[in-house]
Amino acid sequence: MGNLAKIAVRNLLRYTRRSLLTVSLIAFGVVFVLVFVAMAGAFKETIVASITDNYLGHLQIHRRGYVASIESLPLNLNLEPAQLAEIQKELGSVPGVAGASERIKFNAMFSTFVETTGMRVTAVYPDRELAVSPKLLSRVLQGDRTPAALARGKILVPDLLARGMGIKVGDTVVVVATNKDGSINGKTLLVSGILESATGPGGRDGYIHFEDGMEILRMQGTETTEVAIRLRDFGQIARVGRALRERLEGDSGGGAALEVHTWAQLSPFSTVATLIDMMALFMKLMLIAIVLISVLNVMIMAVYERVREIGTIAAIGTLPSRILSLFLVEGVLLGMAGAAAGVLAGAAIILALNVWKVSIAFGGARQLFVLSPRIDPYEVVLASVMVIAVSVVASVQPAVRASRMEPIDALRHV
Amino acid sequence: MASGGGARAPGVNVVRATDLTKTYAADGVEVRALRSVSVDVEAGSFIAFIGPSGSGKTTLLNLLGCLDKPTSGQLEVAGIDVTRLGRRHAAAFRGARIGFVFQSFNLVPVLTAFENVEYPLVMVQDRPAGERRSRVLELLGAVGMADQRDKRPEQLSGGQKQRVAIARALVTRPELVLADEPTANLDRETAYTIIALMKKMRDEVGTTFLFATHDTRIIGAAEIVYTIEDGRLTGRREQRG
Repeated sequence: MGNLAKIAVRNLLRYTRRSLLTVSLIAFGVVFVLVFVAMAGAFKETIVASITDNYLGHLQIHRRGYVASIESLPLNLNLEPAQLAEIQKELGSVPGVAGASERIKFNAMFSTFVETTGMRVTAVYPDRELAVSPKLLSRVLQGDRTPAALARGKILVPDLLARGMGIKVGDTVVVVATNKDGSINGKTLLVSGILESATGPGGRDGYIHFEDGMEILRMQGTETTEVAIRLRDFGQIARVGRALRERLEGDSGGGAALEVHTWAQLSPFSTVATLIDMMALFMKLMLIAIVLISVLNVMIMAVYERVREIGTIAAIGTLPSRILSLFLVEGVLLGMAGAAAGVLAGAAIILALNVWKVSIAFGGARQLFVLSPRIDPYEVVLASVMVIAVSVVASVQPAVRASRMEPIDALRHV
Repeated sequence: MASGGGARAPGVNVVRATDLTKTYAADGVEVRALRSVSVDVEAGSFIAFIGPSGSGKTTLLNLLGCLDKPTSGQLEVAGIDVTRLGRRHAAAFRGARIGFVFQSFNLVPVLTAFENVEYPLVMVQDRPAGERRSRVLELLGAVGMADQRDKRPEQLSGGQKQRVAIARALVTRPELVLADEPTANLDRETAYTIIALMKKMRDEVGTTFLFATHDTRIIGAAEIVYTIEDGRLTGRREQRG
């Protein structure tokens, strides 16, 4: 094999410029794929983190049917105290759960005593909510950025409403809501902060304390709209989600009335994430095409230019399988060189992007997200294996052609 | 099957060809390149096949070298009925029993003189490195090319290339070396040197040499000269060589 590789390397160096061009082309393709995958992955991670860390959490549990009518925030589909107890019990037994936050969500009338408008309100226990949505307070544009901003009697008002209604930190506002029994109740609250909007469902909600929510809605027991969950490891969402579904959505007991959803099922961004994955796949297909065409071209040329030489080595007794191997090794070496150069250059570019610190803001938001492009070793191995495998495939036809040449015909070739 | 090698004892036939006929189609016309050629070649012979261009010399050498198959007739080389060999077995047979010297030398351009001679031992016979080195150095020394062993073909003269080609043909210790116009591209002095070299190798190793040639210098050196005309063997002449 070593001798075969040595001869193959010499043959490739025979046409140095052509081989370098091919290796460069393959390397360019590998760089393109690796950098794209790294950047797209960083972009996706950043957006997903923005959504899950700001308000959505990794998983949510609702009463069955709630998500289907989530736009109207129906109070009659809140979780009953017994269901909440069941959820809390199961959450304690599923490994990987970092925190859970009970929320009451409702539509309310929001008044400054001068103007009134509609508002979606989320009532939370501050410490539990911050364990699930750790970036919630980083969205506070003005006012208190501590958990005290969500103490009883206080409200975080969404920026869009605050700007429209001229609300400032320290103002007193009234939140009025229709209760489950049809009656109306309200509560005066102090504006503790102005909250920057975030993209996606729940990104423009006002936040109050859980018990203020119960008070406004005149709840007798601990009714809850949803339980948002944060996991220790984002990558475990599917596993934990499956475990919770098995326990809470099963037919046994009263659990059948519950639904477990992942962030992706609740956020439209999951479609964008899928599109990003598809684009990465498309890039990989492009890489395959680049490698296939460039290696095939070089190997066809190599066979065509070396017909007499093939005739000679065949005449002196080189077995057809050895001739086949020789050309396959040449193709594979081209692919390996291109993959190696591409991986090195790609890693250097990704490193440079990390040093350079590319940052993005979504929808003009103040919050800046620094992209941290990084490449999974799996992607490096996948791209390299793909390049080498395609190089083999591209070399097969020319190599078979070379190995099947009749020496007598090849020796006559001019 | 084809693992052996080395010269046969004198008096034993290394080639037995009987009624060899080769017909092929060229531009739709049937060409009879060889017509009932029968020839026996004794081991250690130094034989020239002569005749005008297109007479069938190269066709006969191609058949004897298992590069082509006869249309009809029997052919045994080194005791093997080579007409029955498939492509793979024919290649293995050539690698073990037959050496080739070409008019245009046909050295592999990316390999040095040493590597060209070593090539059949590496790629054809899978010999261990130590044995390869000693055999190659021995042969390069024998053809007077030991000091040029690290040069590539492009750095060698025509005569030097042919010396390397002869060393390559002999390195596997074949029973039969087939040389098609080996001196055609060489000057007079170099041609004489090459002929003397091949004869010396025959004398020392006992390898059988068959030439297809127009070169009177080879014809003069051959011990048996066969004349081929129009695909037929028309003459046989023994001489002192």
